[in-house]
Amino acid sequence: MLILNCPYCGVSADETELTAGGEAHLTLATVGDDDAAFEAYLFMRKNPRGVHFERWRHANGCGKWFHAARCTMTLEVFGTYSAQTSEPPQEIIDSIKARRPDWALSDWMGTGKGDAV
Amino acid sequence: MYSAVSALNGVSNVGFATVTEMGLCGMITLRGDLADAKLAKVITSATGADVPAQRRVTTSGDHAVAWMSPDELLIMLPHDAADAMVATLTEGLSGQHVLVVNVSDARGVFTLSGDGARDVAAKLAPVDFATDAFDINDIRRSRLAQVPAAFWMSAPDTITIVAFRSVAQYVFDVLSKAVAQGSEVGFH
Ligand SMILES: [Zn+2]
Repeated sequence: MLILNCPYCGVSADETELTAGGEAHLTLATVGDDDAAFEAYLFMRKNPRGVHFERWRHANGCGKWFHAARCTMTLEVFGTYSAQTSEPPQEIIDSIKARRPDWALSDWMGTGKGDAV
Repeated sequence: MYSAVSALNGVSNVGFATVTEMGLCGMITLRGDLADAKLAKVITSATGADVPAQRRVTTSGDHAVAWMSPDELLIMLPHDAADAMVATLTEGLSGQHVLVVNVSDARGVFTLSGDGARDVAAKLAPVDFATDAFDINDIRRSRLAQVPAAFWMSAPDTITIVAFRSVAQYVFDVLSKAVAQGSEVGFH
């Protein structure tokens, strides 16, 4: 059972209180963007085996959206953080690196060398 | 003219704990910046209770103010006092970015009382109801079996439960089943 700490109300919420919101930190395509940008925004999603950043909503709870960093293989949770950010904060990056020394944010962003593990 | 009626008209069920629908209860949702000093002042002067800390409930006489989220309070008071309270708060907070709505008739309120109250709640919600994790005047929004609900430890051995009125019968039925004699847990 996945358990995430909601950064807004501070409870440890199990997944039956939560709604999954998919990949975090998407770039919104808008007026004037080309078809490729819209395709990327609407359809293209990462599917990493390892570290992943996601949006979750504390639906059966305070109702707030927040972000979570976790490992898709082990369900290890590296941390949760505010929804009001467009990238993971340094403390989350640090806690991931403490557990996955070879990992880099650029791996997840798709600008790095290989698979994020 | 019409008379207000609560969802289940005060029905109750006695098992190893007691479930009671509380009849008419006044409830007001207030959304705004809870850290704002003026808002705090208006709430305290209107209700007598301070703005509660995270997941806490403050009380003053028959008024209670519950923390529902970082920008949401639930004010509980006598049913017939709700409209006047909405007017007072709206007036006091004019010019501020807030929302004050009488939601009394959109909710159902239940109490779960008796020695087994914590055990019954723990059967139905993914929440730690141990005394050290859930003390008097703590409030926790979660789910009660399949529907959203808020749990408030309103007195020793009494949990007040607020749910949507549309699911009041479900809430009563599932609580009634959970208090059935012979299904005692004896954990808490
Ligand atoms: Zn929450």
